Amino acid sequence: MDDIVKDFLIESAENLDRLDQELVRLETDPTSKDLLASIFRTIHTIKGSCGFLGFARLEKVAHVGESLLSRLRDGDLDLTEDMTSGLLEMVDAVRHMLADIQATSEDGVNDYPELQERLKVLLQGGSGAQPAAKKGKAAKAAADHAEPAGDSQGVQSSAPEVVIEVKAQAVVAQSPVLHASAPQAREKIAEQGNEVAAKSAPRPDAGQASASGTEAREAVADTVRIGVNLLDRLMNLVGELVLARNQLMQFSQRSSDGGLQMVSQRMNLIAAELQEQVMKTRMQPIGNIWSKFPRTVRDLAHSCGKQIQLEMEGQDTELDRTIIEAIKDPLTHLVRNSVDHGVEPPEARELAGKKAAGRLRLHAYHEGGQVNIEISDDGAGLNVDRIRKKAIERGLITAEQASRLAEVEVFNLIFLPGFSTAETITNVSGRGVGMDVVKTNVEKIGGMVDVTSKAGMGTTVRVKIPLTLAIIPALIVTCRSERFAIPQVGLTELVRLEADEVAKGIEMVHGVPVHRLRGRLLPLVYLSKELQLDTDGPDSARKDQAVNIAVLQADDRRFGLVVDEINDSEEIVVKPLRRQLKAVKTFAGSTIMGDGKVALILDVLGIAQRASVVTEAREHGLGEEDEGSSRDAALEKRRYLLFEGPGGSRMAMPLDTLARLEELPATDVEKAGKQWVAQYRGDILPLINLEFALEERRRTRSEVKLRPTESESPLQVLVCNHQGRSVGLVVEQILDIIEDSAEMKYPASRPGVLYSTVINERVTELIDIPAILHTAGFGAGDGKTALAKSAEAAN
Amino acid sequence: MGQTSQFCTFSLDQLLFGVDLQTVQEVIRELPMTPVPLAPTVVAGIMNLRGQLVTALNLRRQLDMAPGPAGVTPMNVVVRSQDGAVSLLVDQIGDVVEVDEASFERTPETLQGKIRTMILGVHKLDTRLLHVLDVEKACQVGEAVETAAAR
Repeated sequence: MDDIVKDFLIESAENLDRLDQELVRLETDPTSKDLLASIFRTIHTIKGSCGFLGFARLEKVAHVGESLLSRLRDGDLDLTEDMTSGLLEMVDAVRHMLADIQATSEDGVNDYPELQERLKVLLQGGSGAQPAAKKGKAAKAAADHAEPAGDSQGVQSSAPEVVIEVKAQAVVAQSPVLHASAPQAREKIAEQGNEVAAKSAPRPDAGQASASGTEAREAVADTVRIGVNLLDRLMNLVGELVLARNQLMQFSQRSSDGGLQMVSQRMNLIAAELQEQVMKTRMQPIGNIWSKFPRTVRDLAHSCGKQIQLEMEGQDTELDRTIIEAIKDPLTHLVRNSVDHGVEPPEARELAGKKAAGRLRLHAYHEGGQVNIEISDDGAGLNVDRIRKKAIERGLITAEQASRLAEVEVFNLIFLPGFSTAETITNVSGRGVGMDVVKTNVEKIGGMVDVTSKAGMGTTVRVKIPLTLAIIPALIVTCRSERFAIPQVGLTELVRLEADEVAKGIEMVHGVPVHRLRGRLLPLVYLSKELQLDTDGPDSARKDQAVNIAVLQADDRRFGLVVDEINDSEEIVVKPLRRQLKAVKTFAGSTIMGDGKVALILDVLGIAQRASVVTEAREHGLGEEDEGSSRDAALEKRRYLLFEGPGGSRMAMPLDTLARLEELPATDVEKAGKQWVAQYRGDILPLINLEFALEERRRTRSEVKLRPTESESPLQVLVCNHQGRSVGLVVEQILDIIEDSAEMKYPASRPGVLYSTVINERVTELIDIPAILHTAGFGAGDGKTALAKSAEAAN
Repeated sequence: MGQTSQFCTFSLDQLLFGVDLQTVQEVIRELPMTPVPLAPTVVAGIMNLRGQLVTALNLRRQLDMAPGPAGVTPMNVVVRSQDGAVSLLVDQIGDVVEVDEASFERTPETLQGKIRTMILGVHKLDTRLLHVLDVEKACQVGEAVETAAAR
């Protein structure tokens, strides 16, 4: 394809995008002369180029639109909604034809007769339309008969003159359309109505007649279009330069040559500056993708019969272009969702005492090294009950679970696969593919989505994404003389246990190492073991050495990664792994270190999965906040609290039966009648020692020693809400929260236990809370019937 | 003489191999290599080739050959595959040879094993046979290769 056609395509695509925006803006401000003029010029430019390049069909379609616009601009006609729609359709038609040109180098076979007819009717809608319309037709006829070759010669011959005239604009004027900035020329062109720029080029007054110096054009006058490949390559080279610089710096530090040191110092500064600037070339304002939204929102609102006012703030917030690409679709989806589901129809809004036109607000801003994008509407808000109902209907959660979910947790249900509350399936949404895809796509680039809503006030979806994927802050660690980078995002803190603290600091839960970090158990994962870096057996030789723990956050779980050495924090340039290594889930990519060697970037989640800190099923689960209280229907995964029961046995209870974990000082325990209790949150919390409840149940109730513990160490208490009352179960130690399907069930070996199962490859007893409460004699009075009932229900 | 083609040759375990010269980006001596834990054993590591990250594959392992003699540092034949540059570790680099298409023959049926899937055929040189490596197949790792073999 000719370069000239290519340039035309690129420029036209941009022009069309601008047209979309301007037309929508024009609708709200139909009298704006500037807007009309700008729109007219844009169409005019496209039409002119078409004629010049010989795309007659495209030219014809553009021409009808131009005729209408010219009448609008002259004030002969007033803009109606039909006109806007017609013009937008024309923009679409032009877009289609451009796509055809791109594919086949021809402008297609369809010349959109209906659209042309419609626009013509619109054109004649106003009074006194006839002469102008005729003029338009005449011009069109002229265009049809004009010799493209002759035109092009004409244009070219007059081109140098134009370049001199407009100077800076010459950079943008890649397609040989004439641009001139003479303001009076605008007036002139108004008089001349539909005379085409390209046609008028051979005339003596060519330079003036084809004026098209718009503000937008002037704004981009000092830009140059550059291929992304070139930028990537520049980026690579700068990376190399930085490495060479690092080596030079090391070299010069050893040398005593003052001259060398000075030069390398300067080199250092220049390289750093260069790196920063090249990095910036990859940044794009988020407005680039937002620019499509006014049109999307307008069209959608029309088809839904709604009125929506779109507000955008922070369009110039910059993001790396790879991220811009990645969030385009999710954002579009969220916007469509807000229009379709969020904002109510005008009647409903008026009934609710709101303005008929809904507001949709997009807001982007930087915060803590991340970019936040908020999409908020002032619609009816999420309907908690309806979401509950739908989720149950679709089998995503059970009715029982639904009743227990807090409001925020209900909101997060909309991110479940297969969820949609739309009563009818529209062409906009309701097909059940949606928010879950948004969530996965955003998470893929290391972002987060959450939703807040207020009934009657509206909904806000907040998307948090990193600035760039290309450069991330990371902690460099060493393990068995290999260096690895841990992305700072997943890192919460660093813990160092000196050699003499190791024995005390690392405890074993049945052979699994844990560290007590501020009273909570942190499972430890040895990097050397996970990566199988130990060729000479487990690290028995290292027992007497200090231990470095990087506390990492994967999903909602924390774990400690034990490494040999913690080096430094650095900004690293992420290079993706090649396909040959894609299957290795423990690495997120690689980077080149200062000495030119390659270091691998650890994938925190991958490591966690490998070490079974989190199960791989997480992708099917719910979001962070609500994972604990619902289960995935497909896999029947459920979350359990693991704890150490009497005699060091491993026990579990479903997490959703648990209200809270508490640590109570032994001195807080008091006795009320036969019942041991503790004051807890302004209430009296009855305590049941699990040991006695399970082991000693043969004794009569009066003999049961409910004294929870003799020792002075604090009590680990599982607070359960049962039948509207809180009860505390005292256990030995709280171990972990895990997700498991508990598919293997063995009959209980003792009362108070529902069944035994294998969780994380360990035999675990699942306790029967109602039975235990009953045995413990708790609530023997008024609560008994309720307890008995729930015991039945549980069985 | 009919159609000719050029091959970059190298030896592996006494055998002479060749890859189409067009696919070879460069041949380099040893570069610092970063091993990738948990990766398929065929992957020798990742190297930094002037800012370009190149996966190095142990061609002996890829072809199910015995490990090379200790103390011999392998050479890197960097080839351009569909998945970007890949370095194939070989014992020794040979000459660039020009061969006649007529001397080409398909792999004999009796050749079995993993090596069969990675060799397009042989060229009969005057004194020895030149094994023509299928670069795309040789650059595949893990499952992809196995499915190709199954076919």
